[in-house]
Amino acid sequence: MTMLSPQLAGEAPRNPLLGLLGQALRNPSVLVGGFIVAAIVGMAIAAPLLGTVDPVRIDPAVRLRPPSDLAWFGTDLFGRDVYSRVVYGARSSLLVGLSVAAFATAFGVLIGLVGGYFRAVDIVVMRVMDGLMAIPTFLLAIALVSLTRASIGTVVLALTIPEIPRVVRLVRSVVLTVREEPYVEAAISVGTPTPLILLRHILPSTIAPLLVLGTYVCAQAILVEAALSFLGSGLPPEIPSWGNMISEGRTFFQVTPRLVFLPSLFLALTVLGINLLGDGLRDTLDPRIAKRM
Amino acid sequence: MLAFIAKRMLAVIPVMAVVSIVVFLLLRLSPGDPALVIAGENADAEAVQRIRVALGLDQPLLTQFLVWLRTMLSGDLGTSIFTNLPVADLILQRVEPTLSLALATMIFAILVAVPLGTVAGATAGSWLDRTLMVVSVVGFSVPAFVLGYCMIYVFSLQLGWAPVQGFTSISKGFLPFLRTIALPTVTLGLAYMVLIARITRASVLEMMGEDFIRTARAKGVVERLVVTHHALRNAAIPILTVIGIGVALLISGVVVIETVFNIPGVGRLVVDAILKRDYPVIQGVILLFSAVYVLINLTIDIGYALLDPRVRY
Repeated sequence: MTMLSPQLAGEAPRNPLLGLLGQALRNPSVLVGGFIVAAIVGMAIAAPLLGTVDPVRIDPAVRLRPPSDLAWFGTDLFGRDVYSRVVYGARSSLLVGLSVAAFATAFGVLIGLVGGYFRAVDIVVMRVMDGLMAIPTFLLAIALVSLTRASIGTVVLALTIPEIPRVVRLVRSVVLTVREEPYVEAAISVGTPTPLILLRHILPSTIAPLLVLGTYVCAQAILVEAALSFLGSGLPPEIPSWGNMISEGRTFFQVTPRLVFLPSLFLALTVLGINLLGDGLRDTLDPRIAKRM
Repeated sequence: MLAFIAKRMLAVIPVMAVVSIVVFLLLRLSPGDPALVIAGENADAEAVQRIRVALGLDQPLLTQFLVWLRTMLSGDLGTSIFTNLPVADLILQRVEPTLSLALATMIFAILVAVPLGTVAGATAGSWLDRTLMVVSVVGFSVPAFVLGYCMIYVFSLQLGWAPVQGFTSISKGFLPFLRTIALPTVTLGLAYMVLIARITRASVLEMMGEDFIRTARAKGVVERLVVTHHALRNAAIPILTVIGIGVALLISGVVVIETVFNIPGVGRLVVDAILKRDYPVIQGVILLFSAVYVLINLTIDIGYALLDPRVRY
């Protein structure tokens, strides 16, 4: 808690995590990143209200038109409105990114808590995690997707599995430190049931580092989803996603580079926003977290 | 020392065991009959049965695994379903472009990242340091394939400095080789470079606060030597570690970059195999890439023990 400024420490907020989050809101990275993320999330939610048309409507009569008043970003190979596809594409990317972050965290916390607390389980779990981490993330994800029919569900699952070991390692390292603390010993000595110790006394310590790791997992998932779709084995082509748009646009890249560059710009901006948010949170919540990742 | 090296080498066995189980199960756990998946939706019953027997799918799972593991260990990576060629041969045919690209990228990234990170760490807060930090966040956020298209657009289409796509072997001369490999190398190297530069900066910065740095300065050692001889040398372990871990980034990157620049390498091989569901090829390449990754990190771990007298386990 050396991080707290004197007057903040004096006030002693009832919930220390809330106090830290308040402090995080004054960090420039958090502000800029948060603004970008909020704008993209807003765009995804309000997609139908932003002057868009049906993003999947094909109109061969207006193929590959340059940007105009009717179609702000022009039209693609099938005459679909690129602006609408870019706006709706935010939905796919965010859905994948947030779902992967949520699932990877949930499974990782469960495995990490149990593994970190029970030595016997730990040995087996960590060997499995080491093995999973030895397989390059992207290859594991692409192989998993290739096995099943492409859908949002399978892509989320395929991206979640390679991310779980990172969460497990982080949670485990926190558990190993915290379980030696006097308050945990005290809880054990008064006969608190083990599940309650894990939930009430150990889990809260993992929240801050998990918040930071969660942002990185989300950013990574969005990048990998786009790369999978780019290679033609990600989300089904009928779903407007930035990766799919780049993949379709690359055939005509030399003629109409904007079909590749426009979705790329939004993709990079989204990931940049999430990364900035994560960096800022890391710096304010706990500078030591950086070393655990 | 020998005990440590032996222990570290033995630790590879459970890791590779888990890797091989996962790679093996990849195909068997797929929903539905793997033989049906391989044969495709329009295959007749006879073709499906042929594949089933060829893969040994009529055997119990454990038997299948042991048979598969024995063939893998003997160096036989299986046979491609589509070309009927041994997977090992297919990989060998494609290994040169991938290896050239990976080595060029490692050399480029390390040569740029380590000096840059060292200077940034030694002059923390300077304009160079701030620029590096901004570039690093951007470098992590721009997907490699997007960067690749930007490179092609600027340097190939607008300036005409490099061919748009393809690969020229180094045996055809160093300059033609360099012309085709330069753009993919920089594209693939950016994220790797940024990662190494960040860790170098952080480690050097941490060392700069140590007592031995103050002692060196007090002795009157020139600042440049304080940084290179005292700070950087002691910061070597985390830098080497991240160079090893970052190889995973290179492996994932190679797969995408070879598609962007149309380079006929192992990455392209596995992408084509995935699109055609050629499972023996997918399994072989994943197994090979994982083994390379594990071996590189093993070498680096052993390297510490040999190079750094402080490392004693």
